[in-house]
Amino acid sequence: MIRLEHIHQTYPGPQGPVHALRGVDLHIRAGEIFGIIGRSGAGKSSLVRTINLLNRPSQGTVTVAGQVLTALDAAGLRAARREIGMIFQHFNLLSSRTVFDNVALPLELAGLSRAQIRERVSPLLALVGLDTLADRYPSQISGGQKQRVGIARALASRPKVLLSDEATSALDPETTRAILALLQRINRELGLTIVLITHQMQVIKQIAHRLAVMEGGRIVEEGDTLQVFSDPRHEVTRSLLDEVVPQALPANVIERTRALLGAAGHAPARLLRLTFSGAAADRPLLSDVARRFTLDLNVVHGQIDEVQGHPFGNLAVVATGGDADLDAAIAHLNTAGITVQEVVHA
Amino acid sequence: MLDRLAELFPPALIDLFVTSFWETLVMVGISGVVAALIGIPLGVLLRLTDRGGVLESLAFNRIAGLLVNAVRSTPFIILLVAIIPFTRMITGSSIGTAAAVVPLTIAAAPFIARLVETSLREVDAGLIEAAQAMGATTPQIVFKVLLPEAVPGIVAGLTITLVSLTGYSAMAGAIGGGGLGDLGIRYGYQRFLPEVMIAVVLVLIVFVQAVQSLGDWLVRRLSHK
Repeated sequence: MIRLEHIHQTYPGPQGPVHALRGVDLHIRAGEIFGIIGRSGAGKSSLVRTINLLNRPSQGTVTVAGQVLTALDAAGLRAARREIGMIFQHFNLLSSRTVFDNVALPLELAGLSRAQIRERVSPLLALVGLDTLADRYPSQISGGQKQRVGIARALASRPKVLLSDEATSALDPETTRAILALLQRINRELGLTIVLITHQMQVIKQIAHRLAVMEGGRIVEEGDTLQVFSDPRHEVTRSLLDEVVPQALPANVIERTRALLGAAGHAPARLLRLTFSGAAADRPLLSDVARRFTLDLNVVHGQIDEVQGHPFGNLAVVATGGDADLDAAIAHLNTAGITVQEVVHA
Repeated sequence: MLDRLAELFPPALIDLFVTSFWETLVMVGISGVVAALIGIPLGVLLRLTDRGGVLESLAFNRIAGLLVNAVRSTPFIILLVAIIPFTRMITGSSIGTAAAVVPLTIAAAPFIARLVETSLREVDAGLIEAAQAMGATTPQIVFKVLLPEAVPGIVAGLTITLVSLTGYSAMAGAIGGGGLGDLGIRYGYQRFLPEVMIAVVLVLIVFVQAVQSLGDWLVRRLSHK
């Protein structure tokens, strides 16, 4: 649906040219929710704006729905942009227009008649749950409601693609969840391809099917959300993931366990960190291990979460028992699809 | 008391008051409207051609900006006489109320242009970006987004302009333009009738107050921020 090839972008800056994008290649499939995450300044905002050519890249081609946007003239580009909706962090609603008239704006721009506009806008307001607020002005509604207006406005011209530029960053966590749920519903019901950029892993975790991680104007990691969450390769990905899934055991847990295992009279034991995802998380592996081998298991830290409906997480376990049993248990867990890491060996 | 008032303001003087007030209204009204017709498009152009504008053209912007500033820095009383040949070309005469409208318009138009430019600058760049993302043409951005969003600011600017024009119109007496200010100078000062001067000032205070209040009320009505 969207294909970006060899995208470079340079702006003139006060200290010489700034390289916002340094050779980005990206393919976003029809009907998917694709997340682009990165810290501020990573180039994600520039990248999402090259998709509708609000930012014209210095080099490279942009293809959306089979149309090479970078090859279009001004009129062709305007027509193509009607197929690409966009929502913004600060909503960008016209304060001089009511909710209804804000949603009607893209249709007015496209030259639809008043009757056609009315016919299209009302169901959109119902879809986003704002039918009772049609005559309010943006200053009279909440942030979450404003973003709903933004979404309805973006959908008015029946686009194939929806771009979301930090659409939930100005909203509280509860409103963020509601807006993301709405985007998910639109994706499912209308089959709309959604590209969202964010700096919050929480957003990616809740709705993205696939994601790309950006750093320094490049994509440093890309893949299915579950796969990237369970096996992050790049250091930036790990540090971004750390806010939703701690990437390492907290130092105090290790210290406490080390002291416990080092105490006189403690039987041989190890602190193991088990990372699992998908099917492995659905089986009662811990009790299985305890029964099969002569081991005592004590969970000291952990977290289990869900990504795209798949359970996923990690547990820190103190396993006490003979070395032979411990080694066999680790091998058993490995074959069951669990990544086992020995943190402390005593 | 009433007798004394009648003595101070004989019917002939009252007539003169009414005529003068009407002349002030004509000068301020016509020059205000014509200046708005010139100043608003000029202000839009200044905004659009500036750095980052949708019609960025720095050369045009600099030249137009220079012209606007040049007119705004010329003292009105000098502008009034300096453009007499131009005034005569437009109105056929270099004296009278109609002749005063020309320099008033020329003084007010660049003032309005700057005020309009400033109100347009207050419109969030995100709105222009959103309109571009919807496939808006430049005229659509101007008429559907920029101007409607800036209307309260523009109305506030026009109110300020009308008040300034009222002040400038007092100088129109220099070319026989008439008006309340002229009445105050000729009768109040030159004929030494301080009551007339005070009456002129009082009427002007009430007029300006009325214009400002009307403007403020309109801005409140129009603004949905």
